[in-house]
Amino acid sequence: MNDVLDVALRLIVVFAVFLVLPLVIGQTEHKVMAHMQGRLGPMYAGGFHGWAQLVADGVKFAQKEDVVPAGADRRIFQLAPAVALLPYLLVLVAIPVGPSEGAVGQVIDAGLFFVLAVMGVGVLGSVMAGWASANKFSLLGGLRTAAQLLAYELPMLLAAASVAMAAGTVSLPGIVGAFEWWWLPWQITGALVFFTAGLAELQRPPFDMPVADSEIIFGAYTEYTGLRFALFLLAEYAGIVVLCALTTVLFLGGWHGPFGGGWGWTLLKTAVLAFVVIWLRVSYPRLREDQLQKLAWTVLIPLALAQIALTGIVKVAIQ
Amino acid sequence: MPPIPGSGLAKGLAVTLRTMTKRSHTAQYPDAQPELPPRTRGVIGLFEENCTVCMLCARECPDWCIYIDSHKETIPAVTPGGRERSRNVLDRFAIDFSLCMYCGICIEVCPFDALFWSPEFEYAETDIRDLTHERDKLREWMWTVPAPPALDPAAEEPKEVAAARKAVEKAEAAAAAAAAQAAAAAAQDAPTTGPGTPGTPGTPGTPGTPESPAGGTAR
Repeated sequence: MNDVLDVALRLIVVFAVFLVLPLVIGQTEHKVMAHMQGRLGPMYAGGFHGWAQLVADGVKFAQKEDVVPAGADRRIFQLAPAVALLPYLLVLVAIPVGPSEGAVGQVIDAGLFFVLAVMGVGVLGSVMAGWASANKFSLLGGLRTAAQLLAYELPMLLAAASVAMAAGTVSLPGIVGAFEWWWLPWQITGALVFFTAGLAELQRPPFDMPVADSEIIFGAYTEYTGLRFALFLLAEYAGIVVLCALTTVLFLGGWHGPFGGGWGWTLLKTAVLAFVVIWLRVSYPRLREDQLQKLAWTVLIPLALAQIALTGIVKVAIQ
Repeated sequence: MPPIPGSGLAKGLAVTLRTMTKRSHTAQYPDAQPELPPRTRGVIGLFEENCTVCMLCARECPDWCIYIDSHKETIPAVTPGGRERSRNVLDRFAIDFSLCMYCGICIEVCPFDALFWSPEFEYAETDIRDLTHERDKLREWMWTVPAPPALDPAAEEPKEVAAARKAVEKAEAAAAAAAAQAAAAAAQDAPTTGPGTPGTPGTPGTPGTPESPAGGTAR
């Protein structure tokens, strides 16, 4: 009975985090983006500086009609948002926040493997949506998503493999536990590659060619309305949480930090990374499709391979 | 020296970060009223005392949105045997702001300064007919017209002020001359008439003499 309660409690906490953090990041994006453009952003919803803007958005989405196009592959079309969103919830279960046993949803021995595999499933949601919509724009979006997934999954895995080599384990708490401060300069290339590839996989600007609203009308999401569309948006922000938390855990030392470590450090680093994600979105224009592929295959993958080589050399040298 | 690769990317980040630390430009309009300078093209006010019903504004208006009705009144002669004068009396002055394109030509052409720009802009109506502002409403807008902005420090004197100043100077000079003349006359009179007769016919005239040229300078 006690075990059941323990599991239930953990799942509830993870679920609450999964629902709250993406909204916090979304609201931060509203505000940070506005101020970076000399605007104020939402000011009315909820009274104080528009804090309830995303709640209001959610209410609006829930009221809208849920339309499925006549020519769509009905079941796949309706299933796609769930496929896009749920993997991030699963990933969140495995991410350690603090050093203690209670600060992680579920310790998985092959944590890194599990996390990267499940994150790859998330992108399938967009591909499914793009195909099932029976719409040329959606199909283009889905194809671009697939191409982007192929191009960026590889550097992301290679960069993560470099950390696993350095720590000698694929368990996420194990990797953070083995972290030393000098890993930061040692793994910096890998960190940059991982973060960039993660951004591309989330289709965040400047890597938002698959959803480019000004040319292919939000790509795979063109035909979606109401709650299902909201779920896709939520998946994007949940993806930011997961990507930033993973980068923190793998490359920035998780809960390690000056003045004694703790779960606060993990959250702080994740928040700073989320700010960077927003900052990049505001600052850079969208990459063209061929530039996207070029960046992945001619820059990120060689860099990731070089990082692995460096990790191997240093690892052998210090043993 | 060629730029360092990636310096453009860093510059982009710097620009957005710097903008974030500065105050935003958003005007929170319904909550805070904008501060509009004088002569802002909000609405047109009518100062009807200055209007002579010359119809220039109505004729120049590209939209024909100014409506003026008037009649003539004759004023009886001021002096017996004089000529009667006729005078235009304004009956209606209306501007249809649903037609007006805010070009300001009417204000430019008005030779008697009867029309003015007011910065008030919140006069939307639910019925388009209410956008035709009649004389009383145009008069109310007149009270919202702010004072014109001050001239530049080294600017030329406005024509009106220059004319008025010249008139005053002329009057003062004439008064001074008259006073001097009167003083000279009094000095001449004094030894001949003696102290026994202060109320000579010349003395009551002296206060009056400076007045008359002052009133007469305009002619």
